[in-house]
Amino acid sequence: MKKRLFYDKAGHGVTMLCAAFVIILTISIIYYIGSKGLSTFFSNEVSLWEFLFSDQWRPDRSPGEGGPQVGSLAFIIGSISVTLLSVAISAPLGVIVAVFIVEIAPGWGQRLLQPAVELLAGIPSVVYGYIGLSLLVPVIRSLFGGGGFSMMAGFLVLSIMILPTIISVSTDTLRAQPVEWKHASYALGATRWQTIRMAIIPAARSGLITAVVLGMARAFGEALAVQMVIGNTREIPTSILSPIMTLTSAITMDMGATVQGSIWNSALWSMGLLLLLMSLFFIMIVRCVVRRGAV
Amino acid sequence: MDAKLKNNLATITFWVGAGLVMLILGTLLGYIFYHGLKSIDWQFITAPPETVRAGGGIGPQIFNSFYILFLTMMISIPIGLLAGIYLAEYAGRSQLAEGVRIAIETLTSLPSIVVGLFGLLVFVNATGWGYSIMSGALALTVFNLPFLVRVSEESIRGVSRELVEGSLALGATHWETIWRIIVPCAFPSLITGIIITSGRVFGEAAALLYTAGMSSPPLDFSNWNIFSPTSPLNPFRPAETLAVHIWKVNSEGLIPDLRRVADGSAAILVLVVLSFNFGARWLGRLIQKRLTAV
Repeated sequence: MKKRLFYDKAGHGVTMLCAAFVIILTISIIYYIGSKGLSTFFSNEVSLWEFLFSDQWRPDRSPGEGGPQVGSLAFIIGSISVTLLSVAISAPLGVIVAVFIVEIAPGWGQRLLQPAVELLAGIPSVVYGYIGLSLLVPVIRSLFGGGGFSMMAGFLVLSIMILPTIISVSTDTLRAQPVEWKHASYALGATRWQTIRMAIIPAARSGLITAVVLGMARAFGEALAVQMVIGNTREIPTSILSPIMTLTSAITMDMGATVQGSIWNSALWSMGLLLLLMSLFFIMIVRCVVRRGAV
Repeated sequence: MDAKLKNNLATITFWVGAGLVMLILGTLLGYIFYHGLKSIDWQFITAPPETVRAGGGIGPQIFNSFYILFLTMMISIPIGLLAGIYLAEYAGRSQLAEGVRIAIETLTSLPSIVVGLFGLLVFVNATGWGYSIMSGALALTVFNLPFLVRVSEESIRGVSRELVEGSLALGATHWETIWRIIVPCAFPSLITGIIITSGRVFGEAAALLYTAGMSSPPLDFSNWNIFSPTSPLNPFRPAETLAVHIWKVNSEGLIPDLRRVADGSAAILVLVVLSFNFGARWLGRLIQKRLTAV
């Protein structure tokens, strides 16, 4: 009898420990990336202002030549612009498809589209990168000239990659809406489009915003697929056809080649910290939106 | 423009949007398999890669991918399952539960390259293991854990309460009920969830670049001593996985038949991930049928 009660207590304890482990893991990631990322500013004594708002990236220059400079503005602009452009394509398309799945599609349409979205989500990101590299880049090169490796290739690849996230979160939200509102709208004589625009979409607004923010978070943090197609030059882009570099692609390309503790290496860790802070920021937005939507 | 016309235009737009997504998917899969299946043969699947000559294969990479996946799952399934049980059965609305939920959200949206950087700091450098399968598997555990916790919690919440109450009414303790009733009943959806997350792990590359490394030592597949550096089973050797190989070949490859290797590798990667997805559903349904049709 005692043994059974002991197991009961122990079971509770062990599961609690595992749950606590998830929290400890998260905190230690923030701690380790944070302390390493901040060393640029404390040990290497780069000013935060220079790191964030200077576009002078010359980490390999000697002090005699005015270096080393680690202004990351070009990468930050690169990351933000590919993210915004990819969301500009994916958000409307994703919501359209989600509404189609929930409100319009006949039975077979649903049975076809739902697995299609899952398949899109299942394709690994390096494969997206490879298809971008071997199919999209040559097409851009022949249609618009230039090298093909460009911001445009980057945001097109990203927009397809984040589409499944946006569609599936939007679909869940739309399904969760009370069906009475829709019926009420139809009863008032509204057409289907009017119902969708005036009743269904506004009611689902907070969920749809969540879907788009999660898509943005994914686009901002994606590394390899972007790195493979954007050309990776360390300059501020001037058009959507110029090659660019993002925070993730800078880390991917240089982390293995730089010496631990050097200012170049530290600056890369700071970029990692910046990515971490951005994803925390996205989660905060989602939490705020969801809370407001619930009221 | 009258409401009817607008309605019709809108309907057309929705159909076009849905058609576009199907077209994108069709193009992607068609492209991968059209180019990929041409370059796959037995030699390609089993031979080691070449660094400068043509004719290399991806045998070690395939092995490494499965081995890392296996280790990752061995580590992350117990933790994920137990944490999921805690959330579904014990936590309620406690502060710890809220903390775990925030942590899971954070981990889920963390860029995988950041997980890789964390792995580089902690598993590669601090432990002194260097680039190794073990470091890679631990990094993938971080990447994988939030999904597994969510899968387990949902599967366990899906078990009918009457069954649980019945067990408790017969005098079983909470833990006995969890272990004898709830987990077995949740088993079909647990298996489905675990296999689907396996697919994600198999295709992941960014978290592995700086943990499992971008190279494999020459492997001797007849050497089963896990402490030998040439043994494929040694968890403390560096290991390039299939997904990492695709990235590396494309960004710094020197081989003349780069296109063939990349096409074939991409097709195999997608095939494996898709079969995980379809296999999961099929197996889930099969187990469900076995369990309920007795």
